[in-house]
Amino acid sequence: MTVMEQRGVYRPTPPPAWQPRTDAAPLLPDAEPYRVLGTEAVGKADEELLERLYAQLVRGRRYNTQATALTKQGRLAVYPSSTGQEACEVAAALVLQEQDWLFPSYRDTLAAVARGLDPVQALTLLRGDWHTGYDPREYRIAPLCTPLATQLPHAVGLAHAARLKGDDVVALAMVGDGGTSEGDFHEALNFAAVWQAPVVFLVQNNGFAISVPLDKQTAAPTLAHKAVGYGMPGRLVDGNDAAAVHEVLSEAVSRARSGGGPTLVEAVTYRMDAHTNADDATRYRGDAEVEAWRAHDPILLLERELTERGLLDEERMRAVRDDAEAMAADLRQRMNQDPELDPMDLFSHVYAEQTTQLREQAAQLRAELEASEEAGTDGEENAR
Amino acid sequence: MSTVAAERAAKKAAKPATMAQALGRALRDSLAEDPAVHVLGEDVGALGGVFRVTDGLTKEFGEDRCTDTPLAEAGILGTAVGMAMYGLRPVVEMQFDAFAYPAFEQLISHVARMRNRTRGAMPLPITVRVPYGGGIGGVEHHSDSSEAYYMATPGLHVVTPATVADAYGLLRASIASDDPVVFLEPKRLYWSKADWNPDAPQSVEPIGKAVVRRTGRSATLLTYGPSVPVCMEAAEAAVAEGWDLEVVDLRSLVPFDDETVAASVRRTGRAVVVHESGGFGGPGGEIAARVTERCFHHLEAPVLRVAGFDIPYPPPMLERHHLPGVDRILDAVARLQWEADS
Ligand SMILES: Cc1ncc(C[n+]2csc(CCOP(=O)(O)OP(=O)(O)O)c2C)c(N)n1
Repeated sequence: MTVMEQRGVYRPTPPPAWQPRTDAAPLLPDAEPYRVLGTEAVGKADEELLERLYAQLVRGRRYNTQATALTKQGRLAVYPSSTGQEACEVAAALVLQEQDWLFPSYRDTLAAVARGLDPVQALTLLRGDWHTGYDPREYRIAPLCTPLATQLPHAVGLAHAARLKGDDVVALAMVGDGGTSEGDFHEALNFAAVWQAPVVFLVQNNGFAISVPLDKQTAAPTLAHKAVGYGMPGRLVDGNDAAAVHEVLSEAVSRARSGGGPTLVEAVTYRMDAHTNADDATRYRGDAEVEAWRAHDPILLLERELTERGLLDEERMRAVRDDAEAMAADLRQRMNQDPELDPMDLFSHVYAEQTTQLREQAAQLRAELEASEEAGTDGEENAR
Repeated sequence: MSTVAAERAAKKAAKPATMAQALGRALRDSLAEDPAVHVLGEDVGALGGVFRVTDGLTKEFGEDRCTDTPLAEAGILGTAVGMAMYGLRPVVEMQFDAFAYPAFEQLISHVARMRNRTRGAMPLPITVRVPYGGGIGGVEHHSDSSEAYYMATPGLHVVTPATVADAYGLLRASIASDDPVVFLEPKRLYWSKADWNPDAPQSVEPIGKAVVRRTGRSATLLTYGPSVPVCMEAAEAAVAEGWDLEVVDLRSLVPFDDETVAASVRRTGRAVVVHESGGFGGPGGEIAARVTERCFHHLEAPVLRVAGFDIPYPPPMLERHHLPGVDRILDAVARLQWEADS
C-alpha cells in the first residue's frame, strides 16, 4: 500500500507505553475568573488571613507610590509600578513557605518585598547601582528578570533539582500576559508537565504588554487555557481579589508540594499606571477603561469585606496606614542617600578568578581614577 | 533654478531632525514606494515603538503593513523569514539589543544562510533593526553592543549610522538590499539632532562605504555608531596637544570598506580603533588586523584599540567608567608616539 492509499485509514496508533490523556476536562479553567470576595465563598475565608492580606495590600500600594515618586526625583532610573496588581504580588509571596523559591519578573519588586526582601535591596536593579541587590540564595528569590519569560525554565529546573535531591521545595514563577508569547514560556510549561515538577506559574494578565492589548497577544479563550495542551491544570482567578488569588495559588502550591505537578494560574487584573514612568499610556488606552477598573481596586474590595464583617474600623485602618507610611518614610530616607559605589567592582565579579586581561583593564581604570582624583574630578569626563 | 539657488533653498528648508525621526522617515518612504515592504515588531503600532521610530506608520499604512506582533522575538524573525520567502521585504524591530537574543536561532540558522544553502535560489531581503549600545542609563539587558556576534555570522550585512542623514540613507539602502541586514541603531544618538531637510532628495548609496568625517595628518581614529561623536570631540581636543586627527566613520562593518580605511591609515601612518563593545574578541581586533595586513609598511606604530572593558555591561551608575571617552582616546593617541617611547 502506498502512503496515499493508507491515508484514508490512517489512525495514530500510540506506542503501548504512551497513554493519551482521556481526562482533559479537569485541566480546563473555569469559564469565569474565580472570586471569593463578595460571594458566598467568602464565608469560609480565614479572617486572620484577610487581615494580613489587607495590611500587605496597603503597604504594597504605598511602596508603589513611593517608588514612583522616587523616579520623579531621579532616584530610580525606572520603575514598573504594580499599582492595581498588589493582590497578585502579595498573594504570591504569602503562599510560599520559607524553603520555597520565587522567580519574579521585573514588575514583581513588590512580591519580593512582601516575601521579606529589604525594600532598598529590591530596588537596586532599578536604581542602577548593581544588577541584583541581594543574594538570591539568602531570600530564595531569583534575580528580578528583565528578559521576558526567561526565568520560567529556571524555575522548572530549580524545582526539578530540589525534587531530585528529595527536598520539599516549590517554585513559583511570575510572568506577564505578553511574556506568555515567548518561546521560553512554552518550553518551561512543557518541561514542567513532562517532569511533573513542583512549579506554579502565575500569569498576571494586566491587559497590556507595554502598548499591545491581550487580543493581539493570543487567540486563546484565556491564558489559563494554555495549560491544557501541556497536560497541566489551568486556573482562572480574579487577580484583584486577594482572597481568591491566595486560595487558588495555595491549592496549586499544595498540589505541587504533594507531587501533583505544575499548575498554570492566570490572574485577571489591570495595570493602573503606565508600563513604566517612561511610557505614555494615553497613546494606546482611554481614561474610561482605567476608571472602570478603579471601582474594582484590590484594596477597595477587601476593605468592603472587612468592614462589613466588623474587622476594620477607623482605628485599625489608621494603624495599617501608619505602618505603610513608616515603611515609605524609611524607604524614602534610605533611597535619598547616594549609594556608595566602587568603580573597581566592575572587575570583581566577572569570573571566579580574574583573567590577565581583566587585571590589566582594572589597573588602567585605577590609574584613571587616581589621576582624576588628583585633578579634583571624579572621572566624569571619561564618558564625555 | 540655479544649483546655488537650489542648494540655498534646500538649506532653508532644513529643520532640526532627530535620528529617530530620520529613521521613521526612511521606513515611511520605503513603505510608500514598495508595497512589498512590511514593518513588524513589538509595540510598533499605536505606540510607535518605544523609541517612537515607527510613529504614525500604522495610521498611514494600516495594520497589515506596520504590525504589532505578539511578544516573541524568535517568532517575529521566524515569520519574517517566511514572509521574505514569499516575496515580501520585512523590516523587523527588536525592542532592545539584549532582547534580540531569543531570535538568534532564526538569525544564525536561517536568515544568514538561506541564500547560501539554496544556491542563490532564495535570498532573504530582511532588515533587522536593533537599538544597541549604552550611555542612556538603561537597566540590565538594555545596553549591550552585540555587533561582534553579528559580524561573526557570514551572510549578514551589519551597518550602523552615526548621523541623522546616514540614519535615513543607510536604512533606505538596507531595506533595498536583497540580503539580510542587521541595522544597528545607536540608542544614545536617537535624540541627536542635525539640520536635515526631509523634503530634499536624499543620498542613498549602497551599503559598504566608510566616510572620512574629519581629515587630519597625525593619526586615524577608526570608529562607528555611538563612538563617532566621541571621536570627533577627541579630535577637537587633540588639536591643543598638537595632534591633527582624522576620523573615519565606518558605517558598515560587513561589508568592510578596506579601501577608505587603508587609504586613510597610509596617509597618517597611525591608527586607533574605537568602539564601546568589549575589546577581546571584539570588532576592533578584526579591524586592527586588516589595517596591519594592508598598511604594514606605512605604520609608525601598532594599531591600538580603545574599547569597553571585557565585562558584562555595567549598571547605569557605573557605565561612565566603562564607556570609552575622550580621555581614553587621547591616551591611546599619546601611545601612538611609538618610537619616542620605545
Ligand atoms: C525578551 C524580551 N523582549 C522584549 C522586552 C521589552 N519589554 C519589556 S516589558 C515588555 C512588555 C511585557 O508585557 P507583559 O509580559 O504583559 O508584562 P507587564 O509589563 O504587563 O507586567 C516588553 C516588550 C523584554 N524585556 N524582553
